[in-house]
This record gives sequence, structure tokens and C-alpha cells, in this order.
Amino acid sequence: MRIVLLILAFCFAGCGNFSKKGPNLDVIRAEKPARNLSAYGLFEKNSGGMLPVKTVVPYILVNPLFTDYALKARFIFTPKGKAARYNPEDVFTFPVGTVLIKNFGYAPDLRKPNEGQYLIETRLLIHKAKGWVAIPYVWNAEQTEAVYAPVGKRVVVETIAPDGIHYKFEYSVPNKNQCKTCHQSGHDLIPIGPKARNLNHNQQLEKWAELGILTGLPEHIPTLPNMFDPSAPLGARARAYLDINCAHCHKAEGSASNSGLWLDWAEKNKTRLGFLKHPTAAGRGAGDLKLVIEPGSSEGSILSFRMTSNAAGIAMPELGRTLQHIEGVALINEWIESLEPTP
Amino acid sequence: MKKIILLAGVAMFTLGACGDANIAGQDENSVALNADGDFAVTLQTALIEAGVNTTIQLPAGHFKLTDGLSLDVEGVTINGAGEGKTILDFSGQKGAGEGLLVTSNNVTLSNFTMRDTAGDGIKSKNANGIVYRDLTVEWTGEPNESNGAYAVYPVSSKNILIDNVTVRGASDAGIYVGQSSNIIIRNSLAEYNVAGIEIENSSYADVHGNTARHNTGGILVFDLPDLPVMGGKSTRVFDNDIYKNNTPNFAPVGNIVANIPSGTGVMIMANENVHVFENRFANNQTVQVLVSAYIEDIKDETYNPLPRNIAIYDNTYSGGGDNPQGMLEDLAVFFGGKLPEIVWDGVTSWNDHAPIDVNMVVNEADNIGYVSIGIGSYPVDEANIKPSPIRPKGTMHTQPSPVKLPQEQ
Repeated sequence: MRIVLLILAFCFAGCGNFSKKGPNLDVIRAEKPARNLSAYGLFEKNSGGMLPVKTVVPYILVNPLFTDYALKARFIFTPKGKAARYNPEDVFTFPVGTVLIKNFGYAPDLRKPNEGQYLIETRLLIHKAKGWVAIPYVWNAEQTEAVYAPVGKRVVVETIAPDGIHYKFEYSVPNKNQCKTCHQSGHDLIPIGPKARNLNHNQQLEKWAELGILTGLPEHIPTLPNMFDPSAPLGARARAYLDINCAHCHKAEGSASNSGLWLDWAEKNKTRLGFLKHPTAAGRGAGDLKLVIEPGSSEGSILSFRMTSNAAGIAMPELGRTLQHIEGVALINEWIESLEPTP
Repeated sequence: MKKIILLAGVAMFTLGACGDANIAGQDENSVALNADGDFAVTLQTALIEAGVNTTIQLPAGHFKLTDGLSLDVEGVTINGAGEGKTILDFSGQKGAGEGLLVTSNNVTLSNFTMRDTAGDGIKSKNANGIVYRDLTVEWTGEPNESNGAYAVYPVSSKNILIDNVTVRGASDAGIYVGQSSNIIIRNSLAEYNVAGIEIENSSYADVHGNTARHNTGGILVFDLPDLPVMGGKSTRVFDNDIYKNNTPNFAPVGNIVANIPSGTGVMIMANENVHVFENRFANNQTVQVLVSAYIEDIKDETYNPLPRNIAIYDNTYSGGGDNPQGMLEDLAVFFGGKLPEIVWDGVTSWNDHAPIDVNMVVNEADNIGYVSIGIGSYPVDEANIKPSPIRPKGTMHTQPSPVKLPQEQ
């Protein structure tokens, strides 16, 4: 029996009732990464990373980062009796011993993601006493174990995307340092996804509070629109897309801070958001274009050009994307086209 | 014989992987990498597993790499067998924005060649105390706009030493230091780049003893708006050989350097307290020294687009100015097709700001030509342009103190 990761992600804790043993706290706290993912005890034995133990809780983001159409499943573990503290804008303050777990996998045909699903990698973000560390694990062909892979790996993937396009490409498992490129905040490493606005749907945060994962949940919680919900305002959807796909680097404390292009949800300065902004240090990433966003013209906007390109040195994001996110580019183009041209 | 067992460690990573591969004994300060096997994996593993303050010794050889490398461990030295002997060849690069990214402090890079990266060559960001020494970073073949932007690219950092480095073929700047402070660039060669050496939005830089030749522009000192760090100041450009920077501009059009006329020796744009002295200029076909305000529209109210307290003195000049290009080509018509050695755009105010005394000092031999285009204020009103060959009567201000770096104390 293969229980699929997407379905699992909906059933929260208590889906399985298999193991009495929780994750191994010694392995989680240890200074060095375990060689094998199984040593952490995050998943049920013989479930191949598909079935978390009871205290490891699946969660779903309002908007996920695009990673070559990979199927993703996310889980959180917090030590018993210790909860994360709510924050209205930034990532929650998680207790030491927290593990954020992210599975990346594919199915032969992503229009039927539950058939023939397999995992490529599992990334752990562990909050150790000295701060967060990112630890990548790569699954073996038999799907029985994932092994510590600090240098990353390229894996040939063949799949049909949800829009029916057939791809054969080299999926890139990032190396340990590249994890930090995206997860950087100054000299520290921090999680990206688990912010209130990106978790607040389907009563998820209330559930976290009930389970003792989160404290301090207020009455009013901010939320992002689903970026592909056509009933939501276009501008908000575009900003939500940029927020989750770009702003982890393109922010004041991020690895692309020096570009002066900051795409965080809260950013209000139009030039910093790219409007009529000249590129900085973009090199050939600018193509033949002069402005990051030329209102009314996606063809004139470097933002669109770099999201469309798959070439190293031009493509944005620089890491984690080999294929164009066709739906994402369409969203950003539609938004730019809708903006009032500057006289 | 005790052989350093890095390869065995690597084999464990790739075959079954291992969390604590012993790439060198705990008491070793140095790891010598083996050229055999998958060198990309060997090298990136060493960069991740390196202990603080260790030296990673690269073997001689020509190594093909397909992914960007990165280093995030303090105090590490990456030392090769010599330029042209250890060659890291990225001509087949598939991912990452640069060949090597350094994000930790007090790193030294020396004695190797980096070639044909897809994006930038070596970038160090938020990495204080970095040394680039005895390196070649280049794009082979003819200058091409598909080359990466920067060859050597420290940014958002302080205490930067670039010494005896050769850069070639960058589609923006060969050596580019951005949004940083306390910088020395010396004894280096920059050729066939759009900009040879560029100091941008940075403070306290000494650029000396370098050769900048066959670029579009030799040495640039810029300050640009809309960036987290602005207010570039206190740069000394001295004792450099700056000649024949006549390569056609091959920068992608959106980049600020795409505006540099082919044949520019030194260009100062915006910035404050810049001293250009004791350099040897020769045969830069548009202009030997160009001083200008920021040339695009200014929306950023916190930004000053004017060059202020600029001093040019005791340089030697030969030839040049005889074939003006780009934005200065039209101007040259008024001078019989030839431009004097030193050109200032003469901008003293912008938007609604009152004119200021920018305090330009030109203290050169009497036979050295000078002109102010006399634009006056931005945006440009052609009716108000008043060119003048009379040298400005600025007051010589104190030269910035020599830059001292902690890594050289």
C-alpha cells in the first residue's frame, strides 16, 4: 500500500496510529547531521517518507514556492510542551528542537499525482541550540532510505506537468550552502514559508494552536490570496506570487539585498518594487531591457524576462528552477500588462 | 604513507553518503584535494566540510564544473597550483548565478583560474575581510554580451583586498566592488571588459598600480540611486596605467555601463571626494577623464547625483580624444572632432534643487585640455548649455587617508 503525500497533507495529525515512539530528540539535537533520514524517526518505518509519525504534523501553505512542478509535502515537529510564538508578519518564533520537513517528489503524470508517486529529496530545517541548520537528504531508488547529501545532486526527471506538457529535465537538489542562499537573514538562516499570512487557511493555525504547536494566536490573522484564484484581485495575487517566490532573497536582509529590488508583501516603495527601476548588477540578466517593471509592458520588463528564461546567469530564481513556471509567468505578465503605462 | 583521504570520504557521500566524512584529520590545517574522481563533488564537499581557518589546496589540472560552488566557512583559504595551472572551467555551467559564491568572513582566494562562468565569476557578499590574490577570472573568446557581468564581485562587504588579479571579458565590470567600504585594488590587470575596474556606491577605496587597457572604459567611480547603500566617497585612483580603452561597448543595454563611450579612461559619476592623480593615460579615443552627474531620471530624494570635491592632478597624458564615441560624439563637433583630455558635464543642480559649488579641482600641466560642457541643471535644457574651456577654480581639499586593511596589519 502506498499512501500518497498529497492526501496525507490534508489529514493532519492522527491520520496514522502506527508508532508509539516519537522522533529521536538526541538525533535532532546532535551537532552533526545523521547519515540516514530514518535515524530521526520522523516517518513510520517502511513508509518511505510518505507517512509521518503521530507527532509530526502535515501542513499546507496558502501559496507554495515553485520548484519545477515538484510535488511537495510539509511537516512540522515541535518538542512536547514547547510551542512556537505567533508573529503577525515574520516567521513564527519556533522553539529549539523544532524540525520543519519538506518532501520533494514527482509522479509520472502530475495530472494524476497519486499514481506512481516517488520522492527525490527530503530537506530538514532544524532549530538547534545555535540556530537553524538546513540538512538535505536524497532518496535511494528503492525509496527505502534517504541519505545525507551535502553537495546536492542532479536527478533526471521525466514527467507530464499539470498543464499536460511533457518534460524531461535535470532536477537540481541544492547543496547545503545553497540552502542558505534562500534561507538567509543577515548571517543567520531562517525558515521561509511558515508565516501567519501563508499558513492561514482551512483553520490550519487554529489546529496548530489546539495541538500545542503554536501560542499567541490572535483573533485577526492576516492571509494571502491564493495566487491562482481568479476571483482574488490581480494585484494582490501577483504580489503574493512575488512574496513567496522572490522575497526570501529580494529583501533587506536577503541574499539579493544589494539589488535594491525588494519584493516582500509589505514593501510599499514603488521603485524598490521594480516600477521604472533600472537594473543593478544584472549583467545579461537584463537582456535588452532597461526597466525591471515597465508598467503596461511585460515584454519591456526585466522581471518577466528573467522569470521566462531557463539559462543560468539569467534565470530567476537562480536556484531551484530548471523549468519555466508557465502559470507564474502568465500571472506576472497579466499583472504588468494591467498596470497604467507611464506617460 | 599517510594519504589524505578525501576521495574515500567523497565515495561515501556519493555511494551511501556519510554525515561526518573525515576529509582531513581534526588537527590538520590544510586539506589537499585529489584531482582524480569527480572533482566537482570533491571540491564542493571540501568547501562545505572545511573547518574554520583551514586551507583547501587545489591540485593542478583543468576541471570542468557544471554547478556553482559556494563557501560559507570563516577563515578558509582556497589556494590553487597557480594561475593557468589550476583551471576551474564553467563553460558547461547549468545552474547558479556565479561560479563561486563566498558568504563567510576572512576568506582568501589565490592561485587559480576561473573561466567562462554562466553569470558572475567570483562573488562575495556580506563577507568581510576577503582577499582575492593571484587569480585570473576570465571569459575566453571575443568580448560578448552573453559573458557574465562581473569577474571579481565583492558586494555589501568591508575590508576587501584585490591584489595581482587578472580579469578579462566581463560584459559589465572586470573588477567590481559595490556597496562596500575599506577597499584596496592594486597590481591588477583588467582588459577586454566593458568597465575594467568599477567602484560603485562604496567608500574608502585605493585603486593603484593597476593596468586598465582595452576595456570600453578603464576605471569607473560611480554612485547610483535606489540602492540600500548610497553616498559613495573617498576614493583614490593613482599610479595606474590606463590606455587604449577603445573596445566597443558590448554591455546589455539596460546596464548603466552601457552608456560609457568606447574610449573612456576614467569616469567619475556622482560620488564625493575622489582623487585621480599620478596615473598614466594614453590613447583613450573618446576622453581620458570624464566627470559627470548621474545620467538617468532621479526619483530618489535621498540621492545626490552630482560629483563633488573631485580632484584631478599630476597625471600624464598622451594621445586620446581623437575619435569620440557614444554620448560624446556630438559634443566633439564643437571642438573640431577632437575632445580635450578632461571633460566635465558642468551639472550643478537637478530637479528643483538650488545650484551648488561642486568644487572641481583640475591641477594639470598647462597643455592639458579641459572643457566643461556647461549643462548647468538637469533635466537638460539645450538653450542653457554654456560650454567653457576655463578650468574650475576649486579649492584643493584633503586627500583621503591611505586605506588600511586588518588583514595586512
